[in-house]
Amino acid sequence: MNGRSRAWVVAAVAAGGLLPFQDVIYIVLVMKVLCFALFACAFNLLLGFTGLLSFGHAAFFGSAAYVTGYLCRSLGWPTEAGILAGTLTAAALGFVVGSLAIRRLGIYFAMITLALAQMVYFLAVQLPFTGGEDGIQGIPRGTLFGLIDLKNDTAMYYFVYAVFLCGFAIVYRAVHSPFGQVLKAIRENEPRALSLGYDVARFKLLAFVLSATLAGLAGSTKSLVYQLATLTDVHWHISGEVVLMTLLGGMGTMLGPVVGALTVVGLQNYLSGIGSWSTIATGAIFVVCVLAFRRGIVGELGAAARRLIRTNNG
Amino acid sequence: MFELLGITPQGLVAQLLVGLINGSFYAMLSLGLAIIFGLLNIINFSHGAQYMLGAFAAWIGATQLGAWIGNPEFSIGYWPALVLSPLLIGASGIVIERTMLRRLYHLDPLYGLLLTFGLALVIEGMFRHWYGISGENYEVPESLTGAFRLEGIGLALPKYRLWVVAASLAVCFASWVFIERTKLGAYLRAGTENPALLQAFGVNVPLLITAAYGYGVALAAFAGVLAAPIFQVSPLMGSNLIIVVFAVVVIGGMGSIMGSIVTGIGLGLIEGLTKVFYAQASDVVVFVIMAIVLLLRPAGLFGRET
Repeated sequence: MNGRSRAWVVAAVAAGGLLPFQDVIYIVLVMKVLCFALFACAFNLLLGFTGLLSFGHAAFFGSAAYVTGYLCRSLGWPTEAGILAGTLTAAALGFVVGSLAIRRLGIYFAMITLALAQMVYFLAVQLPFTGGEDGIQGIPRGTLFGLIDLKNDTAMYYFVYAVFLCGFAIVYRAVHSPFGQVLKAIRENEPRALSLGYDVARFKLLAFVLSATLAGLAGSTKSLVYQLATLTDVHWHISGEVVLMTLLGGMGTMLGPVVGALTVVGLQNYLSGIGSWSTIATGAIFVVCVLAFRRGIVGELGAAARRLIRTNNG
Repeated sequence: MFELLGITPQGLVAQLLVGLINGSFYAMLSLGLAIIFGLLNIINFSHGAQYMLGAFAAWIGATQLGAWIGNPEFSIGYWPALVLSPLLIGASGIVIERTMLRRLYHLDPLYGLLLTFGLALVIEGMFRHWYGISGENYEVPESLTGAFRLEGIGLALPKYRLWVVAASLAVCFASWVFIERTKLGAYLRAGTENPALLQAFGVNVPLLITAAYGYGVALAAFAGVLAAPIFQVSPLMGSNLIIVVFAVVVIGGMGSIMGSIVTGIGLGLIEGLTKVFYAQASDVVVFVIMAIVLLLRPAGLFGRET
């Protein structure tokens, strides 16, 4: 990272920190965007950088939300422990699902993750602690380290923002490391990566578990923001939404999932009053993205910027 | 022995029949998916939505169409619908293939999955917008109302349900004969193996691909019409079913037509039996079997390792 881009990063982080000091945008909505942005970044690590399309990431997001909700509400665990337990649950689940799914490639991989996530959904419907159709409501946000009261939306915002930045930094670090280079090699040409002596299955599983863990972190945090964990969080619609966020923003780019999450959550918030239109719009954006817009918003902007530079230099 | 387990033979037979019916739907839908996958190399995520469209087309024909054209007496009965609805929905599938899917063949097959997923959301969203999620009733045709009574063991088998099993088995078997025993079917299999070579022999492969997609979609719509009198006709009827069918496809592997049929029916029966012995697990049993198959035989029961 050179000096100029470092300055941009500092400016962007500071701008995020200033968001509570305005009242144009509802701050809880910003927290939702941040949770989904983290979720989409985690997903992008798998789809954009490893080339694996999981259609079951709601399982990790939702089960972490349930575990955090149950521990914090029914057993009175402190907030940090609840989030940690939720995230670890997602990691363990990610290990099980990942181990099964990486046994097949491509389209089968997507179908297996979808089917296993649907099994998690049915379990969530039947298990006693999830509260069935009602879900877990009124999850207490608690206090952070026993000091900061998270009932205050501003305090909660800074907490969510910190979680998001940590998660984003982990993804960034993973992508820009030798580990990330191997993942990209697997994405580009799996047989060649294998022939170079990399244990492809282990790298895939590691990427899958890391992605599931961060998705769980996002789910746990979301359950505290809305103080709610329901069947919606484990439904395949959420798995589809996170695919859309990544695709629309630009898969394989660092900022794409963030832009995608912002766009999709903003759109749904705008359309939520009018029945099924948000589903229709989501589907239509999917179709348009796949047919005409495969690089996504950030990918297209990046390509346009590169074209511009090339014309100026030539 | 049955009494010891708290299970009556009547209950067992009834659940087996339910399992057989679900199995027939799994078989028809996974057969369609396998045919489409063979030539297009994509997984048709909108298969569930097209099954739903088939049921809705029949319901609209029977109850709504008359009012729309200003003649309330007019309605399309079950038997014409069984032919017309698959034709109509199959034609709409051909339009989708020609206008959208065709552009994706040079790309990673995952884009086809994403496109059809988006289409499924649009179709389901629109029907939810128009008709809500409560579901509509579709009458069993008059000639198939009532039940066969087996007086000996005090059992009643509804005629319509037997018809569904018979019709879907017949359609599956006819598809198998068509693909394995006719010249056009041979082209289809050749296209699955090596489309470039087939084209070099002068066969119109793009047309074959369009036809395969249309046929797979029509099969889904046919299953939808058959399902209409049993289940509620609702916008969500397809989406939950299709995920189970995906698991069925993973278990069977998409390499063989007969494999899809056998796996579909077998899993329906297993699901029915699970309802008798341990009802809580009946929703997840297919997924558990999928996990076991992946551990023991990753390519699927009838699949080939690629």
